Amino acid sequence: MATNQFGDLDKKTLTQIYQLMVKSRVLEERLIKIYRAGESYFWIGGPGEEAWGVPLGLLARKGQGPAFDFFHLHYRCTPTLLSLGLTMVDSIRLMMNRATDPSTGGRNFSNHYCFPQWNVAPVTSPLEVQYPIACGTAHVQKRLGKKSITIVTGGDAGTAEGDFASSLILASRKGQELPMLITVQNNKWGISTSYEGQHGETNIADRAKAFNIKSRVINGNDPVETYIALKEDMEYIRNTGKPAFIEAHVSRLYGHSSASGANPVQNEIDPVKEFEQRLLKAKVITDDEAKKTWADFEAEGIRATEQARSEAVPTAESVWDHTYAQNENADWRKF
Amino acid sequence: MANMAQAIRMALHYAEKNYQLKDVFGQDVGAPLGGVFTATQGLETAWNSTLDERGIIGMAMGIAMAGDRCVAEIQFADYIFNTIDLLKIAGNTLWCTNGQYNLPLTVMTPVGAGIRGSVYHSHSFDAWASRLAGWKVVMPSNPLDAYGLLLSCILDPNPCMFLNPKALMRVRGEDLIPGEPADERDLKNLIDAPIGDRSKWKAKWPAIQEHLVPIGKAKITREGQQITVVSYGRHLLLCNEVADQLKAEGYSVEVIDLRSIYPYDWQAIKNSVLKTGRVLFVNEDTDVTNFGEHLCYRVTTELFYHLMAAPKVLAGKNVPGIGLHPHLEDNSVPQKHEIESLIREICAEVP
Repeated sequence: MATNQFGDLDKKTLTQIYQLMVKSRVLEERLIKIYRAGESYFWIGGPGEEAWGVPLGLLARKGQGPAFDFFHLHYRCTPTLLSLGLTMVDSIRLMMNRATDPSTGGRNFSNHYCFPQWNVAPVTSPLEVQYPIACGTAHVQKRLGKKSITIVTGGDAGTAEGDFASSLILASRKGQELPMLITVQNNKWGISTSYEGQHGETNIADRAKAFNIKSRVINGNDPVETYIALKEDMEYIRNTGKPAFIEAHVSRLYGHSSASGANPVQNEIDPVKEFEQRLLKAKVITDDEAKKTWADFEAEGIRATEQARSEAVPTAESVWDHTYAQNENADWRKF
Repeated sequence: MANMAQAIRMALHYAEKNYQLKDVFGQDVGAPLGGVFTATQGLETAWNSTLDERGIIGMAMGIAMAGDRCVAEIQFADYIFNTIDLLKIAGNTLWCTNGQYNLPLTVMTPVGAGIRGSVYHSHSFDAWASRLAGWKVVMPSNPLDAYGLLLSCILDPNPCMFLNPKALMRVRGEDLIPGEPADERDLKNLIDAPIGDRSKWKAKWPAIQEHLVPIGKAKITREGQQITVVSYGRHLLLCNEVADQLKAEGYSVEVIDLRSIYPYDWQAIKNSVLKTGRVLFVNEDTDVTNFGEHLCYRVTTELFYHLMAAPKVLAGKNVPGIGLHPHLEDNSVPQKHEIESLIREICAEVP
């Protein structure tokens, strides 16, 4: 087996990355099918970000509380969630707004995940708000001193928001640097507006350099390059307590969301297919193994859909639940 | 007797020693200034943030998410408006996550006119804050309540907004905070930072004790039979003054200090209005979609057949800002003579 092109990642790791990438793609395509079948109101997700998102989830220190890594993710984060342990059925429960949806109880859009047991902060529709919020969890981690880090992700278009600049400033203040991995997944689109025409900087990563933040641009469609870069930068952050910045160039393979049709695009790199071809060519996996991987996840997706379809939806009465902690009454009619 | 700035300072000190309050932060909150109103002087956990309101609120949300308690200050409520969607998210995080992530954080910000603060140091925020579902919103009218309400906010598992009337920050109350020295000069010597070099100064905290004002509980500050006046913050003091003056003429005015804007003490309002049959709501936020309007609506719909006169709201004029010249400010926010006139008018109405 030729390992050099895989950066000395062993077969087990390569296979694990490949399988999670395929699983993520199958799941996202399943979600789109659910939307098309009229069983959900909206889809937004991350086909095209598998090579970036899977290594991110695999390399983090997973757990609950500030001694573990925190994730402040955007809505294209399914690959990372699957790497952390998300099941297909839980993603589909969210998509089909079931009461059993563990992230939101049927209250929010697809891919708006929340898993406190893995320090996954709730994904929000407003863009870039996760960046200053991430500074808060990093601040607590720094105080705790357990070398845990905070990871924040977002798209290229959102970097126009002031919150992006806020995070660079808060993370890099001299003597008060925060242990944060600040990242941007640059797919060159903001809904229908292209990257060209909206940016004067050569690279988004250059903005981090202005704050003396260790910064780099990577090919986020290559899971090996991504894995190596993430591993190095996570170690740097844990060792120094200082932030690092990664701009990952990624694809967007089904457009922005169901609002723009969720149709496959043909002119962008498919990181799953490309990585599969590399593994086949290097004989890390066989053709039969590849076919079985796709088929197994497809079957799992169908089973998960049937299960979620059979489960209860939120009751109308539950609308007041969790407005306040411990379900304290928040309805003024009952004050 | 402590003023409100000293009361807030003592509450924060009590919380950092007893409630594991870990961060008190905002612009100019830490040394050397200790807050533009000196409300955070001498605290161990106070630190200066960047001049970035969204950074302050975002960071507070993250600190709460990671499990620590914090109090974040926006220097004047006039500058909180660019954080409104973060405040909305802080209020909906528990709900959106189906009960998984609560954000126990406190935001404190000075509000209101009364110091000739011009367009951007006079804004009110109580009506805006009342629309932030998931938040609890309080506004004290005296130092002891400021102490007790702030401690309740810090202990509460929900996001809480502590609106401190800036015109009252130097006003002293009538009641000692438990453990506070009786002589205000002693307190000043213990906890007020000296003028000039403060680099070696440390506060010497008195042995203050816990005193909690429950969120959602109003207080009757003047008992009466003829009319109910509901207010909070600095206008509560004006209402008390008017009630005292009118008493000499034979008026019997009941004044309620609401103290909590949300959740609010409906039972206190209801019981009082059932007794008096007349009610006036007074606050200084602008009068279109004012919080007093909500209370007035509720009185009208739920207590209509018990009313002896039309309920009224006296609030700020719906103008774009508070002008600097006293003619402008005084004609923008409710004045004492207007409160008096309306009380007379409502009491004169015959059903």
